[in-house]
Amino acid sequence: MPAEIYLNVAVSGLLTGLVYGLMALGLSVVFGVVRVVNFAHGEMMTIAMYLAIELFSAFKLDPLVMMVPIAAVLFALGYIMQLGLINPFINRPEHSQFMLLVAVALIVVNGLLIVFGPDAQSVQTRYAFDSFLLGPLIVDATKIYAGIAAVAVAAVLFAFFRFTLVGKAIRACADNYAGALVVGLDVKRLYALTFGLGAACVGAAGAMMVLLVDVTPQLGPAYTLLAFVIVITGGLGSMPGALLGGVLIGLTEALGGLLFTPSAKSMFAFGLLVLVLLFRPQGILGKRPA
Amino acid sequence: MSELLLEGVPRRGLILLFALLALLLLLPLVVNDYLVTVLILILYFAYVGQAWNIMMGFAGQLSLGHALYVGLGAYAAAALYVHFGVSPWIGLWVSMAVAAAAGAVIGYLAFRFGVAGVYFAILTIAFGEFARIGFDHWRWVGGSAGFFLPVANYTSNDILSLRGSPTMFYYIVLTLTVAAFILCHVLLRSRAGYYWLAIRESPEAAQALGIDTFRYKMYAVVLSAAMTALGGVLFAFYYNNLFPEQVFHISRSIELILGPIIGGIGTLFGPIIGAFLLTALAETLGEVMRALGVDLPGIKQVFYGICLLVVVVFLPDGIWPPLSRALGLQKKPGEGDKGSR
Repeated sequence: MPAEIYLNVAVSGLLTGLVYGLMALGLSVVFGVVRVVNFAHGEMMTIAMYLAIELFSAFKLDPLVMMVPIAAVLFALGYIMQLGLINPFINRPEHSQFMLLVAVALIVVNGLLIVFGPDAQSVQTRYAFDSFLLGPLIVDATKIYAGIAAVAVAAVLFAFFRFTLVGKAIRACADNYAGALVVGLDVKRLYALTFGLGAACVGAAGAMMVLLVDVTPQLGPAYTLLAFVIVITGGLGSMPGALLGGVLIGLTEALGGLLFTPSAKSMFAFGLLVLVLLFRPQGILGKRPA
Repeated sequence: MSELLLEGVPRRGLILLFALLALLLLLPLVVNDYLVTVLILILYFAYVGQAWNIMMGFAGQLSLGHALYVGLGAYAAAALYVHFGVSPWIGLWVSMAVAAAAGAVIGYLAFRFGVAGVYFAILTIAFGEFARIGFDHWRWVGGSAGFFLPVANYTSNDILSLRGSPTMFYYIVLTLTVAAFILCHVLLRSRAGYYWLAIRESPEAAQALGIDTFRYKMYAVVLSAAMTALGGVLFAFYYNNLFPEQVFHISRSIELILGPIIGGIGTLFGPIIGAFLLTALAETLGEVMRALGVDLPGIKQVFYGICLLVVVVFLPDGIWPPLSRALGLQKKPGEGDKGSR
């Protein structure tokens, strides 16, 4: 096989990986602050994907433009979920939080199945078959747009946590829960805000992802798993780690699919996960838990 | 032995237990074939739930990949039967050995390297998914196109090859469930049982007291895996077809743990009550939907999700602990060990 094919596949895997990274970023932010593992993460993404598809088929609205309102809807959903459902579970044992979100995931997957049916749906944009020629590389336009959008959203989120007062307050909650309460921060509301932000990330990622894949309700659990694999590889709770993990998994999947069979591609991702869990359980960029 | 079996069981509980057993033994004589298949499903979930409960309920290790052991058990016995004509009664030992080995590998990797809590749960999922994709591409056992056993001849029961009527399977799975129940009852009163509870409540304290936590966690995983594999053997010979997408799928793992969670994690009756309630309600729901002429493929799972949501929010300990107090089978909360019956 000529080297260009490998390079082409690697670039396409890298761009898909950036969208994976944004999706995983949402999971990582929620875990880093609220300390709850969102087992319904991929399911929330499928909600966003179906929103994008419906908006496109009904009004011909481009998913990349609709990314903002869809992220806003998911933000609201996440905010309400945290306030109403998850906040009472903050001090419950881990498995009990897990079960709560498994229940939410079950309801979402099968609710979508009832509403939209099991058949795959997709979006056919004007630029669906465009591609760019960069030297020896041929890159799909959709992947470039999606990759750029993912980086942009991640940058906004980084800036929010770095430079705004609310972002600083959220980081304070993550660092020291009791301390945050003492200085008078409304921790429950900040948690809800964080969960909303995590959901908004996954909402934006969902709007980009409809450009790259066909949507079925069963994608939810698959993406939840993928998001876990990514954040654990990159380091649970680390924001740059999530992006790095996404790119790594994107590359692994793309090259694994090329070298073996595409249907076995997620096996390589799981293989990577097992290796990371065993030899660097805190993830590539994660801090060792105290 | 009988002391070990009966110690600490209230008289009233014993009478109720035997009444329940007698009822279960006699039921197939009076109910129709459809209800027998529902009862098989209930007992199957009670059995595998009990097996999962050893790991989570007793030793506190959350496995979300138990479909792996069901699948390995099912495929091992089925492949031996189809390819070499080996009787499932011999095959089941191979099944248990294969699943126990898989459990040992996962347990060893996790416990040696300090993978715990959520990370451990995700590791178990990862191995389950790994197996699912692997079996999808393994031609010898049919790959993604599925693996089929010769269909049972319903006119005669061939118990040696596990070919026969639902009633035969009913009594087999009932035996398994009762055996697992007794085993768990004995285990909870054994040294290993107390060690497991200590590890569940506080791994650090257990270790400080000199318990070899690694060894006892390994026992729990291996035993749980081997028991679950037996459920898998039964699954294969009862349904006669195996698809990796169904057998190994994560939703199977979740289905399997709903019973013990809804019934009450760590209790002996939890898995049974949970399996009964869930299966019976889901079947009723299915009947109602059929009667109304509505065909919604995901409705059963939505229903499972809502049940799970209601139970984790309102009954964090499951249904059995409050129910057993209401039936007067348990000391008041605060006395004795919490929810161990």
